[in-house]
Amino acid sequence: MRSARGQAYSPVLMNTPAPDTRFAPRHILGIEGLSPVEITYLLDAADGFVALNRSRQKKSDSLRGLTLINLFFEDSTRTRTSFELAGKRLGADVINMSVATSSVHKGESLIDTAMTLNAMHPDVLVVRHPHSGAVQLLSQKVTCAVINAGDGSHEHPTQALLDALTIRRRKGTIGGLVVTICGDIAHSRVARSNIHLLITMGARVRLVGPPTLIPPMIERMGVEVFHDMKEGLEGADIVMILRLQLERMRGTFVPSLKENFHFYGLDADKLAAAKPDALVMHPGPINRGVEIDTSVADDIDRSVITEQVEMGVAVRMACLEAVTGTAAATPAPKARRKNKARP
Amino acid sequence: MNGAERVAFVNARLVDLASGVDGPGALLVEGRHIADLGPRLFADGVPEGVKTVDCRGDVLAPGLVDMRVTVHETSETHKENLVSAAQAAVAGGVTAMAIIPGPNQVIDSPAQVEFLITRGLKTALTDVYPYGAVTRGTEGQALTEMGLLAEAGVVGFTDGPRALADADTMRRALSYGTLFGLPIIQHPEEPSLAAGGQMNEGEISTRLGLQGIPAAAEVMMIERDLRLLELTNGLYHVAHVTTAAAIEVIGAAKARGLAVTCDTAPPYFGLNETAVGEYRTFAKLSPPLRAESDREAVVEGLRDGTIDVIASDHLPQDPDSKRLPFAQAEPGGIGLETLLPLVLELYHGGALGLGEALAKVTSAPARLLGLDAGRLVKGAPANLALIEVEAPWKIKEDDLVSKSKNTPFDGRPVQGRCRATVFAGRMVFEAVH
Repeated sequence: MRSARGQAYSPVLMNTPAPDTRFAPRHILGIEGLSPVEITYLLDAADGFVALNRSRQKKSDSLRGLTLINLFFEDSTRTRTSFELAGKRLGADVINMSVATSSVHKGESLIDTAMTLNAMHPDVLVVRHPHSGAVQLLSQKVTCAVINAGDGSHEHPTQALLDALTIRRRKGTIGGLVVTICGDIAHSRVARSNIHLLITMGARVRLVGPPTLIPPMIERMGVEVFHDMKEGLEGADIVMILRLQLERMRGTFVPSLKENFHFYGLDADKLAAAKPDALVMHPGPINRGVEIDTSVADDIDRSVITEQVEMGVAVRMACLEAVTGTAAATPAPKARRKNKARP
Repeated sequence: MNGAERVAFVNARLVDLASGVDGPGALLVEGRHIADLGPRLFADGVPEGVKTVDCRGDVLAPGLVDMRVTVHETSETHKENLVSAAQAAVAGGVTAMAIIPGPNQVIDSPAQVEFLITRGLKTALTDVYPYGAVTRGTEGQALTEMGLLAEAGVVGFTDGPRALADADTMRRALSYGTLFGLPIIQHPEEPSLAAGGQMNEGEISTRLGLQGIPAAAEVMMIERDLRLLELTNGLYHVAHVTTAAAIEVIGAAKARGLAVTCDTAPPYFGLNETAVGEYRTFAKLSPPLRAESDREAVVEGLRDGTIDVIASDHLPQDPDSKRLPFAQAEPGGIGLETLLPLVLELYHGGALGLGEALAKVTSAPARLLGLDAGRLVKGAPANLALIEVEAPWKIKEDDLVSKSKNTPFDGRPVQGRCRATVFAGRMVFEAVH
């Protein structure tokens, strides 16, 4: 152990613990406000779990004895399963609670539900809710850690992190890349979290969609907006396709799925405008022939959709360790984390 | 009347712009009325048998007239009833409240009007003036018995927080309303554009992932109504204007000579959309808090006189209606007790003179609704507010008298507070310092 001045083995300094460089937030509610250092920390930590997840013996025990509750006020298969696996692989006890929207009609408020669960002393609540800001509200009323698994059209931080990890592993870096996000931006929490993360890490972000699905003044978040898909894809390194969130739409935003696919569906022809080695990403669930053509979705040279799912488990393991303060003390070399964004 | 109690308010600064009064002087209350006032009154001392109140140089103004107050007198009384609202009112120098219909108290029958007036008389802290609904159940379709409501004593017609969306119904309301000389008051918002909206549409709504209500939803409803006003020669009042575009259109209509008036509320000149911050439901109002440029336009509209009146827009909500995800929380904020200091912000900030600022909450609303209130003249009701104009304090929700605590101004430092309130010649509130 070395002191800051480099004097080794001083009897006094030897007893001084190394500064804790772990990122241990109380909650993970969104990407907005995270620094490049913090994002990089989570990506590095997640990267470390990829190998474990690929090995036959997938268990670690850092969360042994801790309880994780998946509290989903909105339907989900992949995110809930991903968190469940992440928790179990770290040795936590995992409970899944799907609170169908009908139970809200029974009269229990979000806060009452939160207080009830809190009284059972969970260590982590993973929460998805159909309303923007609801997870943040809940986090103010509980004593355990809260991870946002998607709130309304606001944020879905673990999705952005898993997208970033996928990109970083394939491209080596995030800074300087051109990332085009296409589709229903207006209703998408995935888009917002990705915009925050990618801009923070130094990527250029473009949005493509019909004007009805681009929310007002989104340019103020540092993105460029295109309504012509080929123009928006020109020279892109990464193409992210979002699904039409019909369940959040009031009235007509696009005249028909057929028309939407004609202008904004990703097919080989439109993809040709992007760089030859551009990656195709989708947070799922995918609707073939609605926002993405089957041939593109299944193109093993371009599509990293299943890899995103794989990275999801690793990212959620890293997030669970971060909020429970159970990460190993020295996960990554200090020098690397000091860099703002990786070049 | 013989034996009526006489009280002399001496060492006051009398302020009532509409009566041309602004300066040091004294005021004599006899019974329920102002008997005399002036700079030289009691120059030779107060006669024996007259009770004396030393105003210590503070401002003595007419009691405030708040033309937009929601109470929950017949339902949800745990949020606020007439008594608790009146107690909050007098703590803020307000001596007259005009009660707007709400979703659970629609005021669409003469019986409901009489009930509110009777309750108001029993409360005996402030005057209570109900509005009548324009349409039955405030549902926007069939007109109420406007004539019978007028005879029962309503001071205007409004569907409260609901916009009167149907153009033909609005036309007929304006037209029929000419029989009674009472204004039709509109909540200016095109409902189809505002449906599902949670806050002002813009950068912040986009960041928060909340559905926005565009500023245009306000002005387009007003523009439509002004066309109908031209058709009908009615009286039209726009409630709580919040946008630059709306103020411009109203200003132009006034210049054309149309009978249009409007009011705004303190949140719209004292706050902007950034108050929503991280989903603060106390900042969820209807209409929503707007952009800073709109807030500036509201201040300018008050300054140039386009906006006639400031009302509190008092809308009490209990904690359970606000401790919810933003989209599910009820809109509205309380305002009776904070109306005065927030109006005085306009004076302290240099936008309005003291007399002008107070006129927006006294003589102007009284004139608009045809009330015998809001003036310092001989023979007028002795409804008075004694105001320490410079006194600094901080708005804290827990210190407020209102049953509900949902003020969007919680934590705000302000200057100016009510020292005492006189209603019908009686001291109904005295601040303890």
